[in-house]
Amino acid sequence: MNRRDFLKAAFLSPIGMSLLANQSWAFSNGKEDPYAQKMIVILLRGGVDGLNVVVPYGDNRYREIRPTIGLSRSSGLLDLDGYWGLHPSLNSLLPYFKNNTAAFVHACGSPDATRSHFDAQDYMESGVPGRKSVTSGWMNRLVLQLPAKKSPLQAISLGPVLPRICSGQASFATIAKTASGGKGNRKFGRQGALATGSVPKVFSDMYGNLDGDLGRAYSEGLAARKQVSSIMQQAANEPTPVASVDAMTKEQIIANRGALTPKSSPEFGKQLATLFTRDPSIQVAFVDFGGWDTHVREGAETGQLANLLRPLSDGLADLIRGLGPMYNNTTIVVMSEFGRTARENGNGGTDHGHGNVMWMLGGGTPGGKVYGRWNGLADANLNEARDLPTTTDFRSVITNVLGNQMALSKQQILTVFPGFQSANPFVQV
Amino acid sequence: MKAMILFMSVALMQVPCYAAGQGQEVDKIDHALNRITYGARPGDREKVKALGLQNFIDAQLAPSSIAESPVVLQQLADTADLRRSSKELISKFVELLKEQKALKRQNSALADAVQKQGADMQMASTLTGVQTFGAGKKAGGAAGGKYKNLVQAGAVETKLVRAIESPRQLNELMTDFWFNHFNISMSKGLDRVLVSAYEEQAIRPNVMGKFRSLLGSTMHHPAMMFYLDNAQNTKAGFAANNPKNKKKGINENYARELLELHTLGVDGGYTQKDIQELARVLTGWGMPPLRGNVPDAAAYWASFDPRRHDFGDKVVLGRTIKGTGAGEIEQVLDMIAVHPSTANRVGFKIAQFFVDDNPPKPLVDKLSATFQQSGGDIRSVLKTLFASTEFWDQKYTGNKFKSPLHFTVSTFRATGLKVEQPMLLVQFLKLQGQPVYACLTPDGYKYTKEAWLNPDGLMKRIDFATRLSIANRDLINYQNVLPAVNGGKLSEKTLTAINSAPPMQKVGALLGSPEFMRY
Repeated sequence: MNRRDFLKAAFLSPIGMSLLANQSWAFSNGKEDPYAQKMIVILLRGGVDGLNVVVPYGDNRYREIRPTIGLSRSSGLLDLDGYWGLHPSLNSLLPYFKNNTAAFVHACGSPDATRSHFDAQDYMESGVPGRKSVTSGWMNRLVLQLPAKKSPLQAISLGPVLPRICSGQASFATIAKTASGGKGNRKFGRQGALATGSVPKVFSDMYGNLDGDLGRAYSEGLAARKQVSSIMQQAANEPTPVASVDAMTKEQIIANRGALTPKSSPEFGKQLATLFTRDPSIQVAFVDFGGWDTHVREGAETGQLANLLRPLSDGLADLIRGLGPMYNNTTIVVMSEFGRTARENGNGGTDHGHGNVMWMLGGGTPGGKVYGRWNGLADANLNEARDLPTTTDFRSVITNVLGNQMALSKQQILTVFPGFQSANPFVQV
Repeated sequence: MKAMILFMSVALMQVPCYAAGQGQEVDKIDHALNRITYGARPGDREKVKALGLQNFIDAQLAPSSIAESPVVLQQLADTADLRRSSKELISKFVELLKEQKALKRQNSALADAVQKQGADMQMASTLTGVQTFGAGKKAGGAAGGKYKNLVQAGAVETKLVRAIESPRQLNELMTDFWFNHFNISMSKGLDRVLVSAYEEQAIRPNVMGKFRSLLGSTMHHPAMMFYLDNAQNTKAGFAANNPKNKKKGINENYARELLELHTLGVDGGYTQKDIQELARVLTGWGMPPLRGNVPDAAAYWASFDPRRHDFGDKVVLGRTIKGTGAGEIEQVLDMIAVHPSTANRVGFKIAQFFVDDNPPKPLVDKLSATFQQSGGDIRSVLKTLFASTEFWDQKYTGNKFKSPLHFTVSTFRATGLKVEQPMLLVQFLKLQGQPVYACLTPDGYKYTKEAWLNPDGLMKRIDFATRLSIANRDLINYQNVLPAVNGGKLSEKTLTAINSAPPMQKVGALLGSPEFMRY
């Protein structure tokens, strides 16, 4: 048993360890709060079209190769620095770019050449592109490097299943409704037979104070449920309406690997903010959204992509507002498995490409800039005359957050991304 | 043998009570039912008692001697189309995609409607953990509906029905074991439509046969060629006549996993250079031809394209393989199938699957020795296993933690419930992180506690057990289910808890108990 496991066991063996949501988590002895550093990762599954998110409108080629889906200043594109523009659906994030807490890194992504969603997502989640046999996700390896767990919710994933990026040795709480239920579900009875946070007493009789890992898992699982339930109950009693924990899973599911689109869960920002502020020992969260695979009728200022970006942006703005002062110690990263072709295709959409834009938000972000090793959109400078080359490895951005925001040592970072040599992602070339 | 089993099942109730000295025999039966099946069904103990433990094991080792369940036979008849040749399955799939594209083009109003249906289809597809092909390729309309049924209601259901209902339980366990050893995933493209065919044609015929046959049948199956990208693997510098042909250059993916996962193991004594050389051996192997009439074998199995093959000589694991074409890979497979590292790896995995997460080394050595002496005969390895002292050692009884699949299947077996809505099981398995046929990584699902025991997962199992038993309270009875849970042997703590629970919760408590999480 290593130190971490020992502490985990010590903290979690009795069910109680008073997980009342009202409890003050602040450290009063003057020591720095070891849980103060936060990281939230949002994965857009399907490959968002980064060239229509942060738009190189200063390059004349842009409108030439995107005659119908290209954006322009005259039709609402928001200017960032005279060369780059922001999709108008992201206007709720513009203030954070202006106050220098939001940055973008363009032509960023995985070094692996695959254009398969499957492989590209897989690599972005395992954090070891090109090696399929790595089974743990990099966020899970990150959690193993964090201070010993105090709350059952130190690391959370919103959604029905634990995605690959969160899987591994460390425990991640998945916040979603359990099993199945609802109408027409005769075999399993009605939803609500087991309210969140409660299980029949007989199980506590069997598992409570049971020695060994089953007993421990039970206490930990029950504690996590109680915690989420009490956070949400408390939040519900307050004037500001807050999303229910189940909000994300109740809507239509229409995306890759079960990820919902942001349209179906516009409340995700409030939901995350509630969890983070009610349980300040939450350090790491993961959310994924699908629907970005815009091969057909992608749209420009309005349309399919715009309709997805709007709730994502507004949700992020809700999250930032909801975090309050906590935003200063938080980094939010938005990424996608690959970008799309520079040219629009014959169906008013774009196909699978490579380099993409990565978003960073947070108090510690060197914001107000669009970074990247950027060569423009001339055919000769594109990858296979088709899409953006990946000039910054996505892991360089993440390792920067791990080092600066999460205060991991070089050695620890190498555990999260084995064998990876990081390069400075914050260049403007 | 068949007749005898039938006879015994009639006669079993007359079996006299056991004298004190036979208690150990009863424990052995419970252990065998835990390990050689997906969990006991009510009445199974008595059946095995009547048959005799060794006869039971021998029958399980000869699955064709056991009559298949009519439920399984019906399910197989209903889903026979899923196990056609890869050529037919892929052609059908491509045809459906085309139909649906044409439909989309007709007019945008219709297209919108189709897309809506596509979304419904996708929603359903997420239940199986199936990844869709992307917004531009949504299945829609009648074609999409058929396709959905073909893949989901078919492949996954059939697997669950077989695991729950088939009396050939060891055969089902070994099928799962080897499928995971040679994993493919229906999360990836064409493998969505090939997964059942792969299991039926490449895995099932050989689960207790020669390892070399498994290695060959998986290598030659289009589903594997596609999954690990060997269909792309082409000699360096190849220039296709068609400029759109994306098959250019070496792809090492399959070569690597063939050594790392399927045979020698990561520390099995090969180098990066061996992988590169093996990748050259594998150049040109890919999907079956989709056009024209081809002989049966060509429709079912991978094709070899000599134009894309590297005809230079290769050196794999120190042995020179002359550049002769399609036969090269057989020489390599012959060599790695009987390699001592392979024997050791298979011995370890089988011991881990049947005995302990950290299997005792003497047992692994015994299994590995049998593997080598028998030329990689899996049935011989299993015989050694069931004859070993380790398999029956008290130390290793009830110490394995069930995978989600094992847990789910065992709840249905213990209660004797029929699967009426398999999609609900499918959804639960996805929530547990083990969607059927959709393990993304080529190493397949694990069989260890470390992989599956986590707080949230345990809570969800408890929910599942509770809901299942409450919803079916009219159909199940505590006294009937009890013997199927570790032979009714429960800890004092569990028994006390269940005894004080309301009657309606008792079966759920049993299925959610610590004893039922283990096997």
